[in-house]
Amino acid sequence: MNSGPRRLFAGWGRATWTSAHVAAPANQAELEHLVFEGLEGFGRFVPRGLGRAYGDAAQCAGGLVIDCRGLRSVIDVDHERAEVRASAGISFDELLEFIVPQGYFLPVTPGTRFVTLGGAIASDVHGKNHHVDGSLGAHLKRLCLVTPTGVLECGPQVRREEFEATCGGMGMTGVVVEATLRLLPIESSWVVVDTERASDLDACLSLLSADPAKYRYSVAWVDGLAQGKRLGRSVLTRANHASVAELPERWQRQPISYRAPRVVKVPFSPPFSFLNPATVSAFNEMWFRKAPRKRERRLEQFASFFYPLDGVGNWNLLYGPRGFTQYQFVVPFGAEQALEKVLEKLSTGRVASFLAVLKSFGPAGTGPLSFPTEGWTLALDIPLATPGLPQLLDELDLLVAGAGGRIYFSKDARMRPELVQAMYPRLAEWQAVQGRLDPTGLLVSDLALRLGLTRRESLRHPETSDK
Amino acid sequence: MIDGTGMPETAVVIGGSSDIAAAVLKLLAPRRLRSVVLAGRSLENLVQVGNDLRGVGLQSVHCRHLDVAATASLAPFTAEAVGILGQVDLVLVAAGQLGTSVLEDLGAEDVSSLVATNFAGPAALVTEFAKYMVHQGYGRVVVLSSVAGVRTRKANFVYGSTKAGLDGFATGLSDALAGTGVTVNVVRPGFVSTKMTAGMKPAVFPVDAQAVARAIVRGLETGQQVTWVPPKLRYLFAVLRLLPSPLWRRLGG
Repeated sequence: MNSGPRRLFAGWGRATWTSAHVAAPANQAELEHLVFEGLEGFGRFVPRGLGRAYGDAAQCAGGLVIDCRGLRSVIDVDHERAEVRASAGISFDELLEFIVPQGYFLPVTPGTRFVTLGGAIASDVHGKNHHVDGSLGAHLKRLCLVTPTGVLECGPQVRREEFEATCGGMGMTGVVVEATLRLLPIESSWVVVDTERASDLDACLSLLSADPAKYRYSVAWVDGLAQGKRLGRSVLTRANHASVAELPERWQRQPISYRAPRVVKVPFSPPFSFLNPATVSAFNEMWFRKAPRKRERRLEQFASFFYPLDGVGNWNLLYGPRGFTQYQFVVPFGAEQALEKVLEKLSTGRVASFLAVLKSFGPAGTGPLSFPTEGWTLALDIPLATPGLPQLLDELDLLVAGAGGRIYFSKDARMRPELVQAMYPRLAEWQAVQGRLDPTGLLVSDLALRLGLTRRESLRHPETSDK
Repeated sequence: MIDGTGMPETAVVIGGSSDIAAAVLKLLAPRRLRSVVLAGRSLENLVQVGNDLRGVGLQSVHCRHLDVAATASLAPFTAEAVGILGQVDLVLVAAGQLGTSVLEDLGAEDVSSLVATNFAGPAALVTEFAKYMVHQGYGRVVVLSSVAGVRTRKANFVYGSTKAGLDGFATGLSDALAGTGVTVNVVRPGFVSTKMTAGMKPAVFPVDAQAVARAIVRGLETGQQVTWVPPKLRYLFAVLRLLPSPLWRRLGG
């Protein structure tokens, strides 16, 4: 048995804590050595980036967690093709600091810049521009993957199956060590934002549906506690990148500058959740009222528009010792009733959700386990201490699955395992590829184990591998 | 795996045919629980509980004869349970006997057998499982203590002292396990109307097995270390603990 030091791991939601051994390879050679020769006695392993998945995707109880942050360099920027080649442990924050001054932006970014490139690929992340640009996988040109069966180069044209299984594959196809990403050339580091209030869900959906190509970025913040006639009242923010001509004259000389604000940290976790129905409904009320009814063409910096929550480090601590989860699902267009029903159940259940986020997804990407599919997606942060919450969310799972929708694995900590197959009908196809890359079942995260993503019979248990 | 709401997929239950254990399993079955190992002294009673549980959706139920007082059987039992379940998410210790505390009826054998059944055996077994869970990287142990152990009284001092021992063991173990991913929940019910207490006069704030089961499941959800059932007993006993002995003697009859 391997008896090195262990560390406790949890996801961003701080809901499930499990202990595992840790290894932090400093480069690809060390990582390969570890995966090919150093796994004896660990039973299973899982790669981890910055730990921003909400649930148990990047932890491995009793096994080995490979901290990928050692691999974080920009290898090359190809200005002719507008591409960047980087090690996968690099964070979007670090990447932005490098590429924005050179006149590029990320083709897709989630709501936080503190994710690694590898983690973003494993989650096949989406951003406010999914309806126009799709998910991250659509902008990847090439990947380098260290799997238990060898080092593998893959992309949309080369070893397509392995590439697609890796986009959204939750890290279970191997450790992404390097990726080449197509970038978005920009004229300025500003976005032009239109803000508008919607008094209820119908108004919100019709605003989001009208002329979808008008804005590259579009999202609605929904008051998850508003009930009755105000159900789904929301504030829409929609934006496009600003061209130099759109900037005031005094900024035009230096249209690009990237300054992410310094992060203020929450110093400790309070003994209870600061976010409860009372504080959250007061906050949501204020948020809705302070938003302008309609405001056009306001210029905003990247950091405040794309990463509003990144200004406060460790904001997840505010949810107290029990932590929180994010419930994010997508239902197809036409299933608006299911969407409304979910919102209704959450608001009448007084589930304190701090600013729910609603947006529309464009067509699905190619990954068999990639989350985004065409339709409406809603994401809500919910404190886990809420009484009756588990049963309520179980009910919502059924509603979502019944409407042909699915839950986002990267946010999940508790979904019904028996619904995975219905929500992800291409699971078997993914399992076939995954099983080829990892025939002895070494790559099993706690999430994969909980939901039975990788075939259960291939699971090597620590106990049986030791003796 | 235990999910983010604290719900286990697998469980080992010691004293598997007790009213409280059966009620807990019935609440966990529709959530995430799929396989259990039920252990106890009467295989017949276990099989009956097992059949009920299959009826409410458990995929697999394994019943095993186990006398916790037989120390030599504990390590092999732990290994067997681990082998059956693969991962052990939850261990629920609900074994216990009331015995007698009437001095004239008490023999040395009675006292040492009650200590073995209620304290020494469960403590030894929990140790075995806790060690396995540390290796596994996570796990939850729920130990049924009793308010009888918070301050022992003359009416049931033998039972009370065994619970006091187990309670102290479990709370200490809980602290010893900090940082391992394994947590312990000590449950302190007041008077519970069950087959163990049938025919007895209920004490203040009596509860039924259902209420204890609900509190245990809520304890799994919140991850708390100590659960009082009903919760107000925590405050009552904060006071009762401090009562002068002569007064306590009179109350504790």
